[in-house]
Amino acid sequence: MSAIDEVFQSCAREGRAAFIPFIMAGDPDLGATATHLEALAAGGADIIELGVPFSDPIADGPVNQRAAVRALAAGTKLSAILQLVARHRDKLGIPIVLFTYFNPIHARGVERFAEQAAASGVDGVLCVDLPPEEGERELIPAMREQGVDTIFLLAPTSTRDRVNKVAACSSGFVYYVSRTGVTGERAALPPDLVRDVKKLRKRLDQPLAVGFGLSTPEQVEAVGEIADGVVVGSALVRLIEEKGSDPELPALLEDRVRELAAPLRPRPERRRA
Amino acid sequence: MARPKPLPDPEGYFGPYGGRFVPETLMAPLAELTRFYDKAHRSRAFKRELTALLNDFAGRPTPLYFAERLSEELGGARIFLKREDLLHTGAHKINNALGQCLLTKLMEKERVIAETGAGQHGVATATAAAALGLTCTVYMGSEDMRRQRLNVDRMRLLGAEVVPVDAGSCTLKDAINEAMRDWVTNVHTTHYVLGSVLGPDPFPRMVRDFHRVIGDEARLQLKRQAGTEAPDLAVACVGGGSNSIGLFTAFLADLRVRMIGVEAGGRGPARGEHAARFGGGALGVLHGTRTFVLQDEEGQIATTHSVSAGLDYPAIGPEHVWLHDAGRVQYGSATDAEAIAAFHLLARTEGILPALESAHAIAEVVKRAPRLSRRRIILVNLSGRGDKDVESVLAWDREHAGDDGNHGTVESFAAAAARRGR
Repeated sequence: MSAIDEVFQSCAREGRAAFIPFIMAGDPDLGATATHLEALAAGGADIIELGVPFSDPIADGPVNQRAAVRALAAGTKLSAILQLVARHRDKLGIPIVLFTYFNPIHARGVERFAEQAAASGVDGVLCVDLPPEEGERELIPAMREQGVDTIFLLAPTSTRDRVNKVAACSSGFVYYVSRTGVTGERAALPPDLVRDVKKLRKRLDQPLAVGFGLSTPEQVEAVGEIADGVVVGSALVRLIEEKGSDPELPALLEDRVRELAAPLRPRPERRRA
Repeated sequence: MARPKPLPDPEGYFGPYGGRFVPETLMAPLAELTRFYDKAHRSRAFKRELTALLNDFAGRPTPLYFAERLSEELGGARIFLKREDLLHTGAHKINNALGQCLLTKLMEKERVIAETGAGQHGVATATAAAALGLTCTVYMGSEDMRRQRLNVDRMRLLGAEVVPVDAGSCTLKDAINEAMRDWVTNVHTTHYVLGSVLGPDPFPRMVRDFHRVIGDEARLQLKRQAGTEAPDLAVACVGGGSNSIGLFTAFLADLRVRMIGVEAGGRGPARGEHAARFGGGALGVLHGTRTFVLQDEEGQIATTHSVSAGLDYPAIGPEHVWLHDAGRVQYGSATDAEAIAAFHLLARTEGILPALESAHAIAEVVKRAPRLSRRRIILVNLSGRGDKDVESVLAWDREHAGDDGNHGTVESFAAAAARRGR
């Protein structure tokens, strides 16, 4: 059983969804990221999604695009991100999932990346532009060999066949993209979200986390009622952007995570079977 | 090479190149597009309707022109120009834009989006959309909007919304990023008219199929006009690679025909100074396809440079890499200076202003023709006209005044070629 599996099992025992914050590695530099990871953990993160910056992030909205630009301008490299994970993973005590585009992995060599990721303590890899059909060629076998989870995405456009395909290829959890579109904060949840997530959870053995467009405690609470995990990204990335090198930033980040994760704290009357 | 198997394979691969590297949201829509395209590809009614549009609206077939004065000037092979520059909107791009917009109607979507570099694909898509009653949004890098202003105005007059993209190098690559973000968001109502043999399957083969009419026509025309259907050499410029694939496909199985694709050599061989994927690129994944990409060791995509906006792109269509590996097509490059010199040469000897993209192909011809006998035939795809580039050429000439005073002669071309890599 992987560390990610254990987190979802323990959350299920507590009758709550896992809280999964996202930040971009190297934004504004890797030294800051180390502090930010600690703040996320202290605030109540159950799993952390750590973004690998890419020059052409086609699935990201403006906030995460700007974060990638800042990280690349600071010279952030994948090898340095892996070293950062190696230094902090055990201390943090919570799983880290790399959220990345495929080309940086491809450039490194998939097998070499798999070995280095495993050696660094990376728990899972989610490639946003790698559907399972392409993942089966190289990434999935390489990651299985190293015992690292491969997380694939489902979207509102996914057909029944695609759900089955993703179910067969995902380990750790499945990530449901709440809407057609790019990452970024949205005022309202999509109207079909509750129905779609309930339907999907019946068809998946893995836990289902929901992300894209979630940014407020109210949204986290609503999604936490129906999903196994809730991902919040751009709202935290925007905080990092606004506060820059403000020494108060780690404390603000920790408070924000605590506030966002608060609705997921177990209350007996909300316990699910 | 034996007669090639039909490619790509069912997974969209040309050997190890191609595939579908896109976010999950686009996977089911791509499957739907594939179903519609495969059906249309086999449908006589679709072919009839598209051919009628190509002939009556866009002006096909385009002439094959024996460039007698250029041939004499170069003193070697006989040069034939496939005049795609004479198509409605001024470039080959309309072949694909009409095909995909017609397909959009079949899919019952009401909106198309497109990316554009030189503006030719954007103008073609805006035109096809207007003609077929679709709404149209075109994404264009702000740097490209500056250097291809005429085309921006044309698109707007045709009713398209032109959205400037201020990211990265503010060129074609960044416009594609933004178009893909729009597509991911509006996929239920919108078809993405991708403008080259790039992107996820089925785009590379679909765009190729819509352009293969270029080579098919040229083959018949050569037979009539030169007594042979097989040129000794076929030459075309390669950005993403749509006009070149359109020319080459008809000749791939005919081993008498040598083929050369010409990439943008820009200002020189250093990274960031050119867009020659076979001169510094490595296998990578960009915009949905696994292909040769200009990138750094970390897999970050490089910025590119070319005087020609349409060639200023870091990846090449996957089928080209396959043809390169198979040894069926050779790839070379022309520098900015060579392309500009070729532009002037064609203008002065033949009375044709070529697009700066096509001028790269002419530059290769200028190098090759003198070394071939008069019995040899070179077929070159004149993929677009140069009206859009007049400002860029004049600006270039002003900046480089003093390099040579006599534009439009073989001597001035030789001088430009000698400056290569300077």
